[in-house]
Amino acid sequence: MDYSIRIAGEAGQGLQTIGAALGKIFSRLGYHVFTHQDYMSRVRGGHNYYQIRLSEKAISASRDVIHILVALNIESIDMHRLSLHSDGIILYEPQNDEEEEDEQFLATAFTQIAKDAGGNKIMANVVAVGAILGLFGFDLQVAEEIIKESLAKKSGEIIEGNLKAMQAGSDYVRKNCRKLDRFQTVEAEQDNLMLINGVQAIGAGAVMSGVRFYAAYPMTPSTGIMVYLAGKAVDFGIIVEQAEDEISAINMALGASYAGIRAMTGTSGGGFALMTEGVSLAGITETPIVIAEMQRPGPATGLPTRTEQSDLDFVIHGGHGEFPRVVLTPGTPEQAFYAANKAFDLAEKYQIPVFIQADQYLGDTEWTYRDFDLSDLSYKDYRLRHKDLAELKDYKRYAVSSDGISPMAVPGESRHLVVVDSDEHDEDGHIIEDAETRIRMFDKRLHAKMERLRKEISPPVLYGERTAPEIILVCFGSTYGVIREAVDILGKDYSLAMLHFSEVYPFPALNEFDYADYLRKARSTVCIENNATGQFNRLLRAEMGIACSSRINRYDGRPFTLESLVEEIRQRL
Amino acid sequence: MADEKDYTGQTPAWCPGCGNFSLLATLKKTLAAMDIPPHELIVVSGIGQAAKLPHYLRCNAFNGLHGRALPVATGISMVNPDMKLLVTTGDGDCYGEGGNHFLHAMRRNVNMALFVHNNQIYGLTKGQASPTSRQGMKSKTQPFGSLSSQFNPLSMAISQDCGFVARGFIGDREHLQHLMTEAINHRGFSLVDIFQPCVSFNKVNTFKWYKERVYHLEEEHDAGDRMKAFQRSLEWGEKIPVGIFYRHDNNRVLTDDLPPLKNGPLPLQDFDPQETTQILEEFY
Repeated sequence: MDYSIRIAGEAGQGLQTIGAALGKIFSRLGYHVFTHQDYMSRVRGGHNYYQIRLSEKAISASRDVIHILVALNIESIDMHRLSLHSDGIILYEPQNDEEEEDEQFLATAFTQIAKDAGGNKIMANVVAVGAILGLFGFDLQVAEEIIKESLAKKSGEIIEGNLKAMQAGSDYVRKNCRKLDRFQTVEAEQDNLMLINGVQAIGAGAVMSGVRFYAAYPMTPSTGIMVYLAGKAVDFGIIVEQAEDEISAINMALGASYAGIRAMTGTSGGGFALMTEGVSLAGITETPIVIAEMQRPGPATGLPTRTEQSDLDFVIHGGHGEFPRVVLTPGTPEQAFYAANKAFDLAEKYQIPVFIQADQYLGDTEWTYRDFDLSDLSYKDYRLRHKDLAELKDYKRYAVSSDGISPMAVPGESRHLVVVDSDEHDEDGHIIEDAETRIRMFDKRLHAKMERLRKEISPPVLYGERTAPEIILVCFGSTYGVIREAVDILGKDYSLAMLHFSEVYPFPALNEFDYADYLRKARSTVCIENNATGQFNRLLRAEMGIACSSRINRYDGRPFTLESLVEEIRQRL
Repeated sequence: MADEKDYTGQTPAWCPGCGNFSLLATLKKTLAAMDIPPHELIVVSGIGQAAKLPHYLRCNAFNGLHGRALPVATGISMVNPDMKLLVTTGDGDCYGEGGNHFLHAMRRNVNMALFVHNNQIYGLTKGQASPTSRQGMKSKTQPFGSLSSQFNPLSMAISQDCGFVARGFIGDREHLQHLMTEAINHRGFSLVDIFQPCVSFNKVNTFKWYKERVYHLEEEHDAGDRMKAFQRSLEWGEKIPVGIFYRHDNNRVLTDDLPPLKNGPLPLQDFDPQETTQILEEFY
């Protein structure tokens, strides 16, 4: 069982409501779900869609072929009918009593059914949800539960109306759909899976890692992190401030971090351009900070609501001067959750900026999981405070130590003073210009830390053929899921594996896993990236001296989808 | 009462005769008289001659980037409003590079005192026009004279209903100490723009130039009257007033009623990851 549903229409027509409800219903029924969204940079009008895939098996990508198209306007039919499976069906809102062409079409007057059954045309979305559930023959009990939960604050009359509208939607397709048995379902192995997207996973990971301050300027696709954390402000004591610009956002976060708490900011490429001087400031002042950089296609404003992996070079290098940093590039919401935890831990332990770099695709796509193993999370307070600080005879913020880490005290907690400076400074934090101190500070701040940081970075994951694969698909970040499924398909015909990097800077060492050996021995290596110039391929060559034998680059602002990617890979083999 | 010596920091690297020396001395005297322990004070600065001041004082210090002192101070204030917070900055740092932050720090009403060393010139970069330079002032980078009009920080602050707006002059230290004290005591954002001549690069707005023009706002001046205050802030020419132009405490301070601060400053609140485990429940 592997079905894909696409809800298409204008912005503002409620396709997000329908999509979100279906994702929640299927995952609570115990099915694995994968959703992705394609939307334009406008609040009303245009053309958007929300795609939901469900299966009884674990899934990790969107497919090109769809089984159900819900066309909220007539244009949607023309735009998407070529993607329809031969056994698929289009549910559409009829406009002028159009004739149904064949059994691929079912005119469904969502609005009229809503008015008749629920008493309000606004319930058309719920009619659509009911219709889709009806096509599969799902019992509506779980869906009813979810509607009651989501409308808990509304009157009993409204809830009742919605339940009736959903039932009417289901009844309508059960009565009118020809070939109703076309969508066979399999019982789910469990009930109640967790449905979470990348943005929520980063936010939840941050909360569980003790974030106390988040400053940002709204920018798609990073805004969701800010919205999520603002929603947790009261329950978890988190201050969220909307800054006047991204320059201010990162400086506020650095001020808050200096004051003694865990701080974070988030943005997209354009906002990160403004933050770069602040990254450099974090570098020389050794102030811990976590930065979520959610990529979208550039240059400049680019395609604001779409996806790309084109800021890799920028995030690795952004900021003047030389200083240590870490760049994590999770490929799934689960990896993003743990990446947030690791980011805070490394930022605090090494007093450096740590990046969680993702993109619109990972941010918005929802995946299902049974749970996250919380015992894998770590929390340690690396700051010097309370009695430990008060009892110190002397304190120097930048005291030279063999491991490069100086004690980081919280100002105001003792008579000791905490002085930090964007100028090169001495151990006390005061301005210097002499060469000797400069070198000592560099050796401490950069060289000593980098040496230890390299050991913190996890090696890439090899998936598929594990003994001497002839073909290796090389990737990083959000392409994990689709390439993994491509390996499942192509692995039947080829000796093939995926090598996925979820931590890219410092570049993973070889002592734990000699992936370079695999790459050298493979007959063909294909680097697959959501950008035009192959930035990861370049990084791999610069760090390891290995060039992949070919590249697949997608830079139209859209994510890779399964069938088309498999086809592209085949062409290169 | 603390001793001024308690606040002695590094040896200043300012030019001999720089107006900043008097300003620093007055600040030390103010802090000593107010008995603020150095460790309970955080001084934030950006870049410029004024921004070096935190190094010359004994205190907690964050010497950040050009123009960015106010966002750093805002972040500090929001997580730990119990600290005494000062920002020392110059006319280029605060009104030029950091102009947007100046505007928004006032809107936020961050609880801090902002001391702007205003010498109407860029000192550190050697003599270019600043936002407060007279229109038409010639320099190596403004060979036809500064084309922009002169920025009026006091009028700007009053227009934004900033709760404490004052101007001082380093040639009148006793009065300056009074302004600094009142500004530090004020709950909310307070601005003290301080005339402080640059002996190296500003040959027009010299100590003598200021001395001849500066006079005190009359005792009868009603600092609670916003329109009057605005009117007085426009005075510029042969006579220039100093003193407290405008003050009130009607505005909500940024950290008032901020729910996460109910249990005290955030750095003093312990974090237990076990108390966060329920956050994944909403995803089922």
